[in-house]
Amino acid sequence: MSTSAGAAEHAHEHAQHPEHSHEGGHDAGHHEGHDHGSFWSTYVFSVDHKMIAKQYMFTGMLMGLIGGFFSYVFRMQLAYPGFHVPGFGVVSPGEYNALITNHGTIMIFWLAMPVLIAAFGNYLIPLMLGCDDMVFPRINRLSYQIFLISALVLIASWFVPGGGFGGAWTAYPPLSAKSQYNLTPLGSTMWVLAVGLEFVAFLLGGINFVTTAMNSRAPGMKMFDIPMVVWMIVIASILFMGSVGPLVAGAVMLVFDQTIGTGFFDPVRGGDPILWQHLFWFFGHPEVYVVLLPAVGIVAEIITVFSRKKLFAYKTVLYTALGTGVLSFFVWAHHQFVAGIDPRMANVFTATTVLISIPIAEMMFVYVATLYGGSIRLATPMLWALAFIGEFIIGGVTGIFLGSSGSDIYFHDTYFVLAHFHYTFVPIAVIAVFAGVTYWYPKMFGRMLNETLGKIHFWGTVIPFNGIFIPLFITGMGGDHRRIYNYNNFPDLARPDLQHMRQFATVSLLVLLAFQIPFFINFFLSMKKGRLAGNNPWQANTLEWQTVSPPPHGNFAELPNCYRGPYEYSAPDRESDYWPQNEPS
Amino acid sequence: MIERYIEQVSTFAGDIDGLITLIAVVVGFWFVLVEVVFLGIVVVFRQKPGVKAAYITGEEKHQKRWIGIPHELVLLCDVLIIIAAVRVWVNVKQTMPPAQETVRIIGQQWAWSFVHPGPDGKLDTADDIKTVDELHVLVNTNYHFKLEARDVLHSFSVPVFRLKQDAIPGRVITGWFKAKSTGTHDIQCAEICGIGHGLMPARIIIETPVEHAAWMASQSATASAR
Repeated sequence: MSTSAGAAEHAHEHAQHPEHSHEGGHDAGHHEGHDHGSFWSTYVFSVDHKMIAKQYMFTGMLMGLIGGFFSYVFRMQLAYPGFHVPGFGVVSPGEYNALITNHGTIMIFWLAMPVLIAAFGNYLIPLMLGCDDMVFPRINRLSYQIFLISALVLIASWFVPGGGFGGAWTAYPPLSAKSQYNLTPLGSTMWVLAVGLEFVAFLLGGINFVTTAMNSRAPGMKMFDIPMVVWMIVIASILFMGSVGPLVAGAVMLVFDQTIGTGFFDPVRGGDPILWQHLFWFFGHPEVYVVLLPAVGIVAEIITVFSRKKLFAYKTVLYTALGTGVLSFFVWAHHQFVAGIDPRMANVFTATTVLISIPIAEMMFVYVATLYGGSIRLATPMLWALAFIGEFIIGGVTGIFLGSSGSDIYFHDTYFVLAHFHYTFVPIAVIAVFAGVTYWYPKMFGRMLNETLGKIHFWGTVIPFNGIFIPLFITGMGGDHRRIYNYNNFPDLARPDLQHMRQFATVSLLVLLAFQIPFFINFFLSMKKGRLAGNNPWQANTLEWQTVSPPPHGNFAELPNCYRGPYEYSAPDRESDYWPQNEPS
Repeated sequence: MIERYIEQVSTFAGDIDGLITLIAVVVGFWFVLVEVVFLGIVVVFRQKPGVKAAYITGEEKHQKRWIGIPHELVLLCDVLIIIAAVRVWVNVKQTMPPAQETVRIIGQQWAWSFVHPGPDGKLDTADDIKTVDELHVLVNTNYHFKLEARDVLHSFSVPVFRLKQDAIPGRVITGWFKAKSTGTHDIQCAEICGIGHGLMPARIIIETPVEHAAWMASQSATASAR
């Protein structure tokens, strides 16, 4: 058995030429899923990081479809109040609240986190570091199993008497703490339980990511030779570990308030509802960067490969990520400017919040600088990566309006906020995810995706995405508050011009959802019918491309050595415009 | 910018809208600049046969300038925005002009109750006028409000005033406003408060002293008739 990774050790020339890479495709059948054991041990109780990654990816995508369906239902209600929504029926106010709450919860905790951190982290970290698996494979398996249970608990919570929790994904008490207020005695407790289990899963996963990255790098791989996406997932895991503790404590208090009648958040009994907000946002703001960093890491991998350029100022990117991470712990109260905190505190948090624009802007400058002088190929993954940069900037600059206390008085809890964070979260959880999926698909499944379908899907997603949220910026400026199930109840908001904007957003969403069909056709059809990918179809440097596609259990026939950084593209005095990390100089 | 979509009725609405316009100009400049440079580079540096990409590490001093200088300029803009934001904030939320009138505002599932001082001009006396979902105030008068919540969080929001303040059970939060023109406008609840959150529309009625006196007389008449 000769894999290119092994061949590279002995005759590196051999491994470099794309025409030889077809052997990867032939080998693929021997390895994938046939190592040892049954269907159950291979697909369900696997300890292979790649299978666990796929489990996370498919579960995340499935949950994402549910979250997308929820958004379709409540957007229909907003555009056409009282309408019988096909596939759901007439939306009651209680159902509306449950739909928006669970849409937000799902998209953050059951789509963005599992796909960006767990799926890409699991798949990429061992392969990119040149080792055979995570350091704690069984903890890894446990992590997915707990995650799966958490998803099942959340789904079950929609079908219990009283229905799903409807107190918004931020779950502010006293509304979330007492069933006499939220009217969902079981749903609200199961919601907290599901989120808590999800945290356990990600803590276990994070332990693995950090430990593996610190201990299991290929010989010769120094700290600054680690591919950026690995760094980003590691930093994100550390941010998560650092921020989640207070919220777990808060979740325990909340469950106690709900079930055994304690009064942590009950003012009548000496508690304080604002306490929850501090605990929640102390986690909630770093959480934004927990999902952002893996996304910018994915984008860094893709723009370097598809512009054949070295990443501009590697260390600067790393330091801006660390800087953002540290600063993100000191901005949480910008969610609470008008929440009844001491008004003097707002000044401090305005300063820290606005200053976080510096590392983020710098990161965007670095990416633009990386493209300068490149030889840019607009393949589907690159289109997604470029769209991430172009769209995320809108999310970034609109954040300044909200971080500035004075203007937040007006914008707080309006659709302006909603449009802003969707301009950050959609680039993160949708655009960057599709960038990563289309880029690593050949490695994961051994075959190429169809480019035409990929481009139809790309334009059919990115254009309507703007069609949804640009009108919502305007309705937010016009005074639309969030979480209102029918604006016709408010005389000043029942205006036809605003209603047309709401309808435009809804129609755009329908278009966007329809254009996901080509993606799923492409995704599943290409597994069987796609062109064979070979080891390294994009001619990339990082180590995951130096083994067969898909890699066998154990990843490499012979574990690689690392000789250089990951972004040596178009190096002077070399004929080839790439230079794999494992190729001896 | 905002005034195109919704009128300015409080004295501080103009300050807040001015701040929003200032931020829009500053971030708008950066937004356009970065997008133009970004898209321009993507167009100019498309793959061309026989042309290899440049090898730029970005670690040299003269290269780092390209992100170093924008970095300093962003910092400068940030400082400008922070100063402007804090000035508006201090004016609207941190300091209050002395009260000429005071009202009590109570949020509950799912209605707003308002307590207006009666003819004696004092709250918490026998002649207080209590209303539901209707707040009557005098134009050009400094009002202090005492905001309370009975059950869960609510948020007292008057979009035309650019005013928003969460109501917290167990606390009385004081704030202020001064209406600069008469009219009737929405009061909304801006914090999710249960299934009736979308059904808490109240109205603020801003009146001249004559109208206000007439309203007050009609209220006392109903009260004494009861």
